[in-house]
Amino acid sequence: MTGIPVGAHVVDAPVAREGASRTRPRRRAPRSSLATILVWALVAYFVLPLIWLAIASTKTTSDLFSTFGYAFGNTFALWDNLVQVFTFQNGVYVRWLGNTVLYAGTAAFGAMMLSAAAGYAFAKYRFPGGALIFAIVLGAIMIPLTALALPTYLLFASMGITNTAWAIILPSLVSPFGVYLMRVYAADSVPDSLIEAARIDGAGELRIFWTIAMRLMAPGMVTVFLFALVATWNNYFLPLIMLSRSDLYPLTVGLAQWQAISTAGGGAQAVFSTVITGSFVAIIPLMVIFLYLQRFWQSGLATGSIKQ
Amino acid sequence: MTALHTGRSRRQAAASPRRRRVSPARRSQLIAAYALITPFILVFIAMLVLPLTYAGWISLFQDRLIGGVSFVGLENFERAIRDERFHEGLGRVALFLVIQVPIMLGLALFVALALDSGRVRGARTSRLAIFIPYAVPGVVATLMWGYIYGRDFGPITQVLTAVGLPAPDLLASNTMLGSMMNIVTWEFVGYNMIIMFAALRAIPTELYEAAEIDGAGQIRIAWSIKIPAIRPAILLTAIFSVIGSFQLFNEPSLLYRIAPNVIGTAYTPNLYAYNLAFVNQDANYAAAIAFLLGLVIMVVSYVVQLGSQRAMRGGR
Repeated sequence: MTGIPVGAHVVDAPVAREGASRTRPRRRAPRSSLATILVWALVAYFVLPLIWLAIASTKTTSDLFSTFGYAFGNTFALWDNLVQVFTFQNGVYVRWLGNTVLYAGTAAFGAMMLSAAAGYAFAKYRFPGGALIFAIVLGAIMIPLTALALPTYLLFASMGITNTAWAIILPSLVSPFGVYLMRVYAADSVPDSLIEAARIDGAGELRIFWTIAMRLMAPGMVTVFLFALVATWNNYFLPLIMLSRSDLYPLTVGLAQWQAISTAGGGAQAVFSTVITGSFVAIIPLMVIFLYLQRFWQSGLATGSIKQ
Repeated sequence: MTALHTGRSRRQAAASPRRRRVSPARRSQLIAAYALITPFILVFIAMLVLPLTYAGWISLFQDRLIGGVSFVGLENFERAIRDERFHEGLGRVALFLVIQVPIMLGLALFVALALDSGRVRGARTSRLAIFIPYAVPGVVATLMWGYIYGRDFGPITQVLTAVGLPAPDLLASNTMLGSMMNIVTWEFVGYNMIIMFAALRAIPTELYEAAEIDGAGQIRIAWSIKIPAIRPAILLTAIFSVIGSFQLFNEPSLLYRIAPNVIGTAYTPNLYAYNLAFVNQDANYAAAIAFLLGLVIMVVSYVVQLGSQRAMRGGR
């Protein structure tokens, strides 16, 4: 699906502006049992599959078939499964993990910097062509990324740069929505008076952006970074078509390949438990990042700006 | 979002675009503005404009065994418009869209409103738990659900057989689309919920405090005040969902391995384009399909936008 970062400024502008500087009074609302039960029933729907995956990754393949999904197996094989994941096919999983970190990290950092610079320029300068360029960028939010992947592949193939890390990183650098979000963010979080004061002190324009504005825009930049990170980390279609060498695969394509081996069977040992444990390990890094950076993305999304 | 006015007013600047010399301060600002947007614009052109142009160009050619590559004009597009497999895929994702998107967005809106009302116990934890599937790669989600649906060791089959009920085949031709809808719903309710929740938090409480004092219930407040206020956010999630549904690829391509006969090679337009390009080696026709698909998506998103604007006007 699309990997577009979300922003807070999706309510009517005047409402958002007011809302941004408001702290909601924490009044105690009466609890409702019905709402609580319904929401927690949904929580069960979202969490139970993940619990199944966690339990399944502690089982041997034979226990997987012979024991109930939500009960532990006869042998606790988590460690064996982990060893198998990290050593299967000469430890290619570690390589995939490294590739994923490299692709997603680089692309997210790049997308964040490009969006921050462009968003700041759109918010704080009036220049010929600015409005038109911004309108075009905004329109590009509608361009479906997967429909774009095939054309990009055809272009890259004609240039001979498929099967490189760049084939994944370069297309992931473009985030029209990131530019939009950073524009709104810069407008709210960097006071014009501060820029004027810095100018009077003799600071150059780019230095003002680099040393003052970027610091104020930091929470918004973290939000753009996180969502660009998820988009690239979870991308399957682009690396699938761009890469044919398995040592360049990210985790998504690698795991899909293992699944193909396990369903094909074909005399090889059934690697169900390896695919399952590999899948489980693959989701841990992003979950940790999201939980760890909660403060940033939740407050960043909720208020959308720093109070001036 | 105000631009800085330095020295002269906007009016003067517009009235004499060239006659007066640009002040050094204004000039350095212009240079800075272009310097800051240039990196993004370069990547934007290289990774968005160029591929689309290139795909548009090669979709006008055909590579035949005899005669090699030749210019055929819009022939590939004509072929696509008459291609039943393309229609079938489009029809399937349209059906997917009509059923799955309302369910997903309805659930997301319900959770967002429930959490915003402050009436749910353990709201913080439940918000995180509902959001967490978004951090799970689509590939992993599909593999996981594939196993859960499966009859070998899937818990659904295990539970049903334990209580003596027949276990349905969730990967058969009549259930596959529903099974995919469930996977996509599982993945994206949290993401959409967070967008709506963030928008709800930005509504000034004064807007509905009076209604609360007057004794209006939560459902009434949600319906008459909160939902209208976050309409732009709901529209945004609707458009992202439309784009996502039409692009459906991960789920069918991975479930193909488990149920090849059900999925085939043209289950969704994207899967079809992929198979055309990489199995049939027909890049020209695949480019035309990708192009048409993009066009369909843009048109549908535009219609959704128009429809919502009309609904907004009607509602006032």
